[in-house]
Amino acid sequence: MNEALYDSIVLDRARHPRHAGRPAAFDAMGAGENRMCGDQVSIFRVGSTYRHEAVGCAILAASAELMCDAATGKNAGEIAILAKSFEQLVKTGQASPELGDLNALAGIAQYPSRLRCATLPWSALKASLAGDPGAGDRDHD
Amino acid sequence: MSQATQPLDVHKLREDFPILSQKVHGKPFVFLDSGASAQKPKQVIEAMRFVMEAQYANVHRGLHYMSEKASDAYEAVRDKVAELINAGSRDEIVFTRNATESVNLVAYTWGRSALKPGDAVAVSEMEHHANLVPWQMLRDAHGTALRIVKITESGELDWDSLEEVFADGKVKLLSLTHMSNVLGTYTPVERLAKFAHERGAKLMLDGAQAIVHRAVDVRAIDADFYVFSGHKLYGPTGIGVLYAKAEILEQMPPFMGGGDMIASVGYQNSTWAKPPHRFEAGTPAIIETIGLGAAIDYVRAVGFDAIAEHERHLTEHALGVLSQIEGLRILGSAQDRGGVISFVMKDAHAHDIATLLDRQGIAVRAGHHCAEPLMGRLGVTSTARASFGLYTLPEEIDALATGLERVRKIFA
Ligand SMILES: Cc1ncc(COP(=O)(O)O)c(C=O)c1O
Repeated sequence: MNEALYDSIVLDRARHPRHAGRPAAFDAMGAGENRMCGDQVSIFRVGSTYRHEAVGCAILAASAELMCDAATGKNAGEIAILAKSFEQLVKTGQASPELGDLNALAGIAQYPSRLRCATLPWSALKASLAGDPGAGDRDHD
Repeated sequence: MSQATQPLDVHKLREDFPILSQKVHGKPFVFLDSGASAQKPKQVIEAMRFVMEAQYANVHRGLHYMSEKASDAYEAVRDKVAELINAGSRDEIVFTRNATESVNLVAYTWGRSALKPGDAVAVSEMEHHANLVPWQMLRDAHGTALRIVKITESGELDWDSLEEVFADGKVKLLSLTHMSNVLGTYTPVERLAKFAHERGAKLMLDGAQAIVHRAVDVRAIDADFYVFSGHKLYGPTGIGVLYAKAEILEQMPPFMGGGDMIASVGYQNSTWAKPPHRFEAGTPAIIETIGLGAAIDYVRAVGFDAIAEHERHLTEHALGVLSQIEGLRILGSAQDRGGVISFVMKDAHAHDIATLLDRQGIAVRAGHHCAEPLMGRLGVTSTARASFGLYTLPEEIDALATGLERVRKIFA
């Protein structure tokens, strides 16, 4: 079985999350939902750190985890740049050094139907930055 | 079931389905998603090719040789469908695009003419969206009520709930799945018809899944409406069927207006053709309909007794091997069930399961299966589903079980 997508980082972070759970207080939040598979994710900003509440598959959970790692300490402009690189990564499968552990999700490029599992946390993050909690991806396909 | 039923020679039948010999990701293609749409035998592919190469023109219109040939071939399929489901007459068979369109046709025309605001339509908790959303739309447009009959923990109809839903006498239509596309449950349709009729209601059956697996006899059931799609019955997409009793069709106003559905047309007014043509506006799916005819010939030649027996074995085998997998839970345990099995696993999400199986060439479906409310009722957001066809081999189910063991180990 080619399990490249379920690389050890992805599985490890899906099963042993470090940023999971809704914080008691937060500065901003954003949410996204994929009705097709029931995936839901909320992202919370607390100062310059991030937490998530992800309900769904391993790819969603791992992507939310790795994104929270990567976004910590970054400002909105830096996050926007990172989001763009991540989008490139999951579409092309081409790793790039500035993405660090996020590169573990490169394998998703081979599974177009799973792309949104990886990008959903990012759209929720963008929604939280835009100050519009409901602006995340809410495709009802 | 006839006693002389010969077991299917599945390996031989598989030769009829060219796609099954493909490799996917370098592995033999194990197709366990027939419930979504079935693969097509050569006989269907050939029949459609033949129309286009040798027998094609528009139907019911040209007074020329080709049009007559095409019209005959097209109309012959109406007879085949009538025979397949034992309708009383070929005029009770309306061609649509699919089961979904058939339900919408009934909701739109019969629903708005035979039902009054305040009348109720009842469906169950285990309906496909196709047999739920049209009734929501009718309610919003026409003021009918929509009631939901509960299912039990085993995934069978809850008769107490059914009694309750009918108690005030407002239900005029009971519209139910004949076989659940999620739980595999067969509903006891003869008994349901009797129940509905005794209470002055009509019975509509969504046969999208059921038509594939067992012989259906709409007169023995005494169904008022029966709908299905060609593409799940080894036929092409784009062709579906609505059966309705003649006296009901006779009273129904048209669905769409245009060519073929009229008796006479003036600039201001027109009169309608008799059923079934009243409901078939515009050039129909000629090629696909002829393809459906070939599919019906095919399944009848294979024989529903043999198909049902084969699938009963497969289902039993699958329930057996899947229940051995630690942390795997099968949804629904109806007494009378068919070859559709939905399951969840303790630590693996349905989409992860499907992706990992796909890498081994195994196709299963994952998601809400167009039954979102049912997912809520079952307390899950999505499931993985394996569904079988007449070409499914027990070895393919073993491959599924092996694949699922790997998935379990990855997530353990
Ligand atoms: C039980 C049931 N009803 C209705 C449908 C709708 O069929 P179609 O999409 O061909 O109209 C399906 C197909 O998924 C089904 O399984």
